[in-house]
Amino acid sequence: MAKTIRVLVGKPGLDGHDRGAKYVARALKDAGYEVIYTGIRQSPEAIAKTAVQEDVDFVGLSLLSGAHNELFPEVVKVLKAEGADDIIIFGGGVIPEDDIPGLNKAGVEAVFTPGTPIKDVVDFIEKNRERVEAK
Amino acid sequence: MAEQKKIQDAQKAWQETTLKKVTDRFPERKENFTTGSWNPAERVALPGDLSEEAYLSKLGFPGEFPFTRGVQPTMYRGRFWTMRQYAGFGTAEESNERYKYLLNQGQTGLSVAFDLPTQIGYDSDDSHSVGEVGKVGVAIDTLKDMELLFDGIPLDKVSTSMTINAPAAVLLAFYIAVGEKQGVSKEQLRGTIQNDILKEYIARGTYIFPPTPSIRLITNIFDYCATDVPKWNTISISGYHIREAGSTAAQEVAFTLADGIEYVRAALKAGLDVDTFAGRLSFFFNAHNDLFEEVAKYRAARRIWATVMKEQFNAKSEKSQMLRFHTQTGGSTLTAQQSDNNIVRVAIQTLAAVMGGTQSLHTNSRDEALALPTEESVRIALRTQQIVAHESGVANTVDPLAGSYYVEGLTDTIEEEAWKYLDKIEDQGGMVQAIEKGYVQKEIQDAAYRAQKEIESGEQVVVGVNKFTIDEGAPTGLLKVDPALREVQMKKLAEVKASRNQADVDRTLAVLKEGAKDVEVNLMPLIVDAARTYATLGEICNVLRDEFGEYKESIIL
Repeated sequence: MAKTIRVLVGKPGLDGHDRGAKYVARALKDAGYEVIYTGIRQSPEAIAKTAVQEDVDFVGLSLLSGAHNELFPEVVKVLKAEGADDIIIFGGGVIPEDDIPGLNKAGVEAVFTPGTPIKDVVDFIEKNRERVEAK
Repeated sequence: MAEQKKIQDAQKAWQETTLKKVTDRFPERKENFTTGSWNPAERVALPGDLSEEAYLSKLGFPGEFPFTRGVQPTMYRGRFWTMRQYAGFGTAEESNERYKYLLNQGQTGLSVAFDLPTQIGYDSDDSHSVGEVGKVGVAIDTLKDMELLFDGIPLDKVSTSMTINAPAAVLLAFYIAVGEKQGVSKEQLRGTIQNDILKEYIARGTYIFPPTPSIRLITNIFDYCATDVPKWNTISISGYHIREAGSTAAQEVAFTLADGIEYVRAALKAGLDVDTFAGRLSFFFNAHNDLFEEVAKYRAARRIWATVMKEQFNAKSEKSQMLRFHTQTGGSTLTAQQSDNNIVRVAIQTLAAVMGGTQSLHTNSRDEALALPTEESVRIALRTQQIVAHESGVANTVDPLAGSYYVEGLTDTIEEEAWKYLDKIEDQGGMVQAIEKGYVQKEIQDAAYRAQKEIESGEQVVVGVNKFTIDEGAPTGLLKVDPALREVQMKKLAEVKASRNQADVDRTLAVLKEGAKDVEVNLMPLIVDAARTYATLGEICNVLRDEFGEYKESIIL
């Protein structure tokens, strides 16, 4: 039987725009994953620690305030420090195209910008299923 | 009623003959037509109640109860709405330049956007502020920043709207202190603070304190401004963010008015007389794409509020019964794809706001789904308002869509739906309880989920996103905020701290702390005293955090 994939959806920083994060969380749940949503205004440390405690396979970060270049890599850093560098990280929000290569390099494997259908997120998770199951 | 019977009979005959002939051969595009908020859109709308009594009681005349047709008798024949673009980013100096530019371009009021640390009461050097300083608005730590922000802008000449909620009292205090420095008295200051904490819990997220002390701060401001800053709009009760979070049009009306009812109740409980403060309450709504439904929404909101104020709260003054509102076009309707198309969306939404009788308007810029707007984009957005004002002709007559069978029908439908929600909220013990239970958030989220599902399935068309798409390169020329800005702001803050009289700061903060413990004390004058000493926003908010505690979100999924 296929493993039930666990996804944490988190909102780092001070941004309160949670419509997208909540939609993604609910839609991923509907797609059959186990989803944990952190709520808004979480520190990168708190998100990383919850991810470790909850033993998730993916962390999805949402940010619309423009602080993604600082806060997304910070989550990656804390996860690494916690020894959880096998957790796959993706992000979304109002993120300029120019910033995406830098985020990829910092360990955010995929970035979904406005207008992305949820199917793209599901495809990304499924594409990485083998990696998760091989852990 | 006889007239209506005749019309209904004629309609039936028409359906069986003329209509049927066509629909048998050419079925309509869809089985069910609905508005953007899923209200039924009739094929051919018919007159509702045609009686004179119905006209006089439901519509009446502009400037008179129930204000369905508008709050002023001449509306835009007297003067246009205030064109007010929400702006602010980076440092106070950069934002000051943008304000001067906008005023030069014919803008008639200022609207200040603060960065998130400011909105949540953290100084730029606080660890919570990492990455966020100057991003979504201007960073304000002390009175010094506020002095720079309004440098060369005489506060007796402009009206200033400030999007600030949890620490609204502090930013108003800074503004009063800047006025003093410019030689402008409190009585002359004109403007608005958003000061609407309930919608922060529901949708926007920049809360600090729990509901009870937050609402105390709000009523303190009502009370203080009634005597000391009489031209100030003490609150802007906001449906904008509720709609952005995904609500329907009727939910936007209902939840906003329910918040308003809660504030009025709190002020009455604090011993204020309704007619001393209710005339300074203002509202803030969204403008989405469904033109007729949006117009109906504003009309329904005015009619409900007038009724609530008159009948439930016994407000005698007409000013207390009037729902005056600001509008912003819908940020969530903008697309990152083919972003120039957003100019057209904004034009439709502008028409909705104007035909709905708004008092002021912010038009979004085409690039806001991508980044902060550039100067050129902001100019196009402002020009959109100017074209509607000066060229379209819609401002020549008051409430131009009144009497449209469709719009009057939608006005009634939205009103009915909103009253149902208001009753449900009352049954739960009021808005604070309904929010704490997560009821309001859940209703909004369900609507948001439904809308997004319909977009995903293609049932709702979003041009350039799920239909009429093209391959396009990455957008260019976006505005970037300097990531080193936090350092700059921290340095300024350190300089202010080094040059101020620390004993004065400590003394005023200690008085504030004592005041916070006693619910009978109005905190507003104490905050003004602290602001004058260059106490920081964070220092003032931390004193209150220690006394009041912090709100914890109830997560509803």
